[in-house]
Amino acid sequence: MNDWLPIGTLDDIPRLGSRVVETVFGDIALFRTAADEVFALRDRCPHKAGPLSQGIVHGKRVTCPLHNWVLELESGAVVAPDVGCAQRFEIKLEDGRVYLARS
Amino acid sequence: MKPKLILIGNGMAGVRTLEELQKIAPGKYETTVFGAEPHVNYNRILLSPVLAGEKTFDEIVINDRSWYDDNEITLHTGRKVVSIDRKHRVVLAEDGTEASYDRLILATGSQPFILPVPGKELEGVVGFRDIHDVSRMLDASQKHKHAVVIGGGLLGLEAANGLLKRGMHVTVVHLLDTLMERQLDKPAAALLRRSLEDTGVNFLLEAQTEAILPAPRALAEEPPRVGSIRFKNGTEIPADLVVMAVGIRPNIELAKSCGIHCERGIVVSDTLQTYDPRVYSVGECVQHRGNLFGLVAPLFEQAKVCANHLAEYGIGRYQGSVTSTKLKVTGIDLFSAGDYLGGNGYEELVFQDPTRGVYKKLVVKDNKVKGAVLYGDTVDGSWYFQLMRENTDIADFRETVMFGRAHMADSGREGQSVMGMSADAEICGCNGVCKKTIVDAIVGKKLFTLDEVRAHTKASASCGSCTGLVEQILAATVGNYDQTPKEKPMCKCTEHAHDTVRAAIVEQGLKTMDAVFKALEWKTADGCHSCRPALNYYLLCAWPDGYKDDPQSRFINERVHANIQKDGTYSVVPRMWGGLTTPNELRAIADVADKFKIPTVKVTGGQRIDLLGVKKEDLPKVWGDLNAAGMVSGHAYGKSLRTVKTCVGSEWCRFGTQDSTGLGVKLEKITWGSWTPHKFKMAVSGCPRNCAEATIKDFGVICVDSGYEVHVGGNGGIKIRGTDLLCKLGTEDEVKEYCGAFMQLYREEARYLERTAPWIERVGLTYVKSRIVEDEEGRKVLNERFLVSQQTAQVDPWAERVQGKEQELFQPLRALA
Ligand SMILES: Cc1cc2nc3c(=O)[nH]c(=O)nc-3n(C[C@H](O)[C@H](O)[C@H](O)COP(=O)(O)OP(=O)(O)OC[C@H]3O[C@@H](n4cnc5c(N)ncnc54)[C@H](O)[C@@H]3O)c2cc1C
Ligand code: SF4
Ligand code: SF4
Ligand code: FES
Repeated sequence: MNDWLPIGTLDDIPRLGSRVVETVFGDIALFRTAADEVFALRDRCPHKAGPLSQGIVHGKRVTCPLHNWVLELESGAVVAPDVGCAQRFEIKLEDGRVYLARS
Repeated sequence: MKPKLILIGNGMAGVRTLEELQKIAPGKYETTVFGAEPHVNYNRILLSPVLAGEKTFDEIVINDRSWYDDNEITLHTGRKVVSIDRKHRVVLAEDGTEASYDRLILATGSQPFILPVPGKELEGVVGFRDIHDVSRMLDASQKHKHAVVIGGGLLGLEAANGLLKRGMHVTVVHLLDTLMERQLDKPAAALLRRSLEDTGVNFLLEAQTEAILPAPRALAEEPPRVGSIRFKNGTEIPADLVVMAVGIRPNIELAKSCGIHCERGIVVSDTLQTYDPRVYSVGECVQHRGNLFGLVAPLFEQAKVCANHLAEYGIGRYQGSVTSTKLKVTGIDLFSAGDYLGGNGYEELVFQDPTRGVYKKLVVKDNKVKGAVLYGDTVDGSWYFQLMRENTDIADFRETVMFGRAHMADSGREGQSVMGMSADAEICGCNGVCKKTIVDAIVGKKLFTLDEVRAHTKASASCGSCTGLVEQILAATVGNYDQTPKEKPMCKCTEHAHDTVRAAIVEQGLKTMDAVFKALEWKTADGCHSCRPALNYYLLCAWPDGYKDDPQSRFINERVHANIQKDGTYSVVPRMWGGLTTPNELRAIADVADKFKIPTVKVTGGQRIDLLGVKKEDLPKVWGDLNAAGMVSGHAYGKSLRTVKTCVGSEWCRFGTQDSTGLGVKLEKITWGSWTPHKFKMAVSGCPRNCAEATIKDFGVICVDSGYEVHVGGNGGIKIRGTDLLCKLGTEDEVKEYCGAFMQLYREEARYLERTAPWIERVGLTYVKSRIVEDEEGRKVLNERFLVSQQTAQVDPWAERVQGKEQELFQPLRALA
C-alpha cells in the first residue's frame, strides 16, 4: 500500500518546468509536462550528479543542465546511447493536488 | 490493424528508408521486405575493399537478421518479385510467395550495363554489382591469369585495383582517352593514370571492343569460357575474366510491367511517389526531375524524405542533391565534386606541385565555388564541398583558398590532416574523445552519419569546433558518401534549417512558439532542449515588444540569472561598467561574501568580480544586497552582452590617445541587457598597444590619435580568432552607432549559438561591411531597431527577482523531514 504525502498543487510547478522536494536523502525533482502530467525523479543526474530539476523539460523527457544527457521522466532511464538511470518516485494527481508516495 | 508496407529490393536505399521510418514512426507499419539477393542488407559500396581483400563480407553487413527481427520486419531473401497487382495490391515473388500492401516501395536499384557484343554471354564475363559478382571474380583470380576490365570509370578502376591485389594481370580498356571523365579533368586523370600504372595496371585507351572470344575447351561438357577480346582496330588480347563496368541501367522492368510510368527510370515526384501514389520509389531505379542517380548520398536523402512521407509528416521534399566522389583505391587520394570542368564564364583556380604529385582545381563563378578536383591531397575536400553547398562568398580569402583551410586566418584545428594524426590524438577536447574511439565506434557500430557519431561517442557533440575533423574521420573511415544535406535541420524535431525557421517567423508573423510548431509542422509536441532555446531567442529578437519570454525554454543559467557550477551551486557576477568599481561596491561585495559564506571570490578574464559557490536559495538575497549597493546583474551567464573590457586610456596612461574607459562605460550602458545569438564581448583599448585585448572580442575598439579603429568578429576560447578591421571612425557617437548596428545585424542574422567569428566567416566580411559601413541608411535603421529592442531589454533581472518575481523557483516546493 502506498502512503501518499501531499506535496502541493499542480499550479506550484511551472508547465514544462520543475520544483524540488527536499528530503533527508537528497532532493526529489517534480516535473510537469505540457500535458500537465507530473513525474518525480531523484534530482541527481546519473552522469555527474547534475540537478535534473534545472534542466529543460520536453515531451516526457528532461535534459540535464550540465552535459545534456536526456532522461525519460516516466522511467528515469537515460535515453540511448548514454546509459544510466535516475531513481523514480510514484506520483498521484487528484483535484489539482500532487501527492508523493512514501515508499 | 496496422497498414501494410512492402519494400521490394533489400538494398542500400530501400533499407535506409525503413531505418529512417523506424526512427521517426517505429512500428507504424507491418513491414515485409523482398530481396532478390540471398543476403541481408549490406554496404554495396564496400564491395571494392572486399574484392581487394581489405574487408570481409561480414564486415560490410549493415543490418543483420536480428535487426529485422528486432524491428518486426519480415524478410524474404532470395525471392525476386515478378509481378505486382496494383488493383488488388498484391505482389508475387518468383517462388509463389504472395503478400498484400497498403503502401509499396520500389527500391530495385540498377544493374550493370552489358555491352551488346558477340560473346557477352560466355562464362567469365561479369558485371560488378553484388556479392555474387565479387565471388565469381575471386574464383577466377584463383584459377586464371588475365583480367580485362572494360570501363575506366570509378567502378572499373576499383575493380582493376582489386583484381590486381588478388594477383591477376589487369588491363583496363576505355573508350575515351581520359579516365573517369565524369569526375576528372584531364590533368587529374593523367596523374591518376600514372599512379595506377605504377601499381601495375595496364591501360588501353580509345579502344572499342568488337567481340569477346571463347577459349578452346578442354572438355566438351564444360560451358564455353572467355579466352580473349578483339578490338575494332584488329588487336586482340588474352582475357580469362572480363569485367563490364561501362555504366548502369535502372531496374525498371517490374515497375513497367505493372503499368507504372517510367522513362529512363521510375518517374517520381519530390515526395518520391510514383504516378500511383500508393507506390513509392527510391534509389538508383528512380528518375527525379529528369535525373538518374549513381551515388548513395542523394539516395540517403531520398530515403529520408520518403520515410517522412510514409510517417505522414509530409513536410520534407526532395529537391535533388549536390554530390562528391572519392575513389576507394588505397594509396590514391582523389576527390571530385560539382562542376569540375568549368569553361564558359567560370574561372579556374589551379594549384600544382608535380614533385609531391598534388593537383588541385577549384571552379569558381562570382566568387562562389562551383566545383573541385583534388588529387594527391584531399584533406580539404570536405571544406571545399561545404563552401560549394553553402554557396559561401570566398572573396575575403580567395588568395589563400587553394592552400586549404589550414592557411585561413584562423588556423583552426580543422586544417590538420586527420589521417596523419595518431590513434590516441584527442579530437574532441570537450568530451575527451580520441581518434581511435571515433574510428572504433564507426567501424564497430557501423555508423554513417555525423549525428550517429555524435550520439555514440559524443565527439563534436558539445562545442562543435571539432566537427570538421570528425567529418573527415567519418569520410576516411567509411568512404565519403554520406554527405550532409545542403541545409542542416535545426534539430531532430524539424526538417527546417535555422535560416528557414527565422524567415518564417518574420514573414508569417509567427509570434509564439506554438505558432511556430504548428506552421512549420514540428515533429514533436513541445520541441527539445536544442530547438526551444533557439526559437525563444528568434521570437524575442523578431518581436521585442510583443513576445513573452519563455523561461522554460532557456538554459538554467539564463533562467536563474547565474552560472550553474559543477556541484549545482551558482556563481554571481555583478556588473561593473567598463570594469570600474568603487570602494563602496567592493565593501558590499565583501559583506555579501561573508554573510552568505561564499567560498570563492575571483577576478574574471573580463575584469569583473565573480562570487562562486552561492546556493540557489540564497540567490535572491545575494542579489538584493548587491542591488542595495547599486549593482545590477552582469549577465555573465547569458547569451547576451557580457562585458566591455577597457584599459585606463588617456586619463592615466602616458600612451593613451582617447578616453577608452569612458567610451567603454558608454558602450556598456547602451548595450547591456541585450540578448544575442551567443555571448557577446567588447573591449576598448586606448592605443594600439591594445592592453584591453580588443582584437579578440566580438566588437573591439582601438583608439588612435585621429579617432577609433573598429574591429569585429574576434574571440578567445577553444579556437582563437583575431578580429577583422571593419572601419575607422572619427567620433564616439559614430562608434556607438556602428556598435548598435553591428550588434543588431548579428542579432538578426546569425544562427542561435553561432558567435560572431563563425558568422562572419560564413557570410563574409565584405557582406558585413556592405551593410554596416557602405550603407549609411541601412546602418541607421539597424541601430534604430537595436535601440528600440533595448527599451524592453534593459531591466535588471536581479531586481525583479528580489521583488519577488518567480520567487518560488528558488525555494523547494516542500521540505520533508
Ligand atoms: C562496387 C561498387 C562501388 C561503389 N562505390 C560507391 C562509392 O564509393 N560511393 C557511392 O556513393 N556509391 C558507390 N556505389 C554505388 C552505390 O552502391 C549505389 O548507388 C547504391 O547501392 C544504390 O542503392 P539502391 O538501393 O538503389 O540499389 P541496390 O543497393 O542495388 O539495391 C537494390 C536491391 O534490389 C534487389 N532487387 C532488384 N529487383 C528486385 C525484385 N524484382 N525483387 C526483389 N529484389 C529486387 C537487388 O537484388 C538489390 O539487392 C558503388 C557501387 C558498387 C557496385
Ligand atoms: S592600450 Fe594604450 S592607452 Fe591603453 S593602457 Fe595600454 S598602452 Fe595605455
Ligand atoms: S576554461 Fe572555461 S569551461 Fe574550461 S574549465 Fe575553465 S572555466 Fe570551465
Ligand atoms: S551531470 Fe547530467 S549530463 Fe552530466
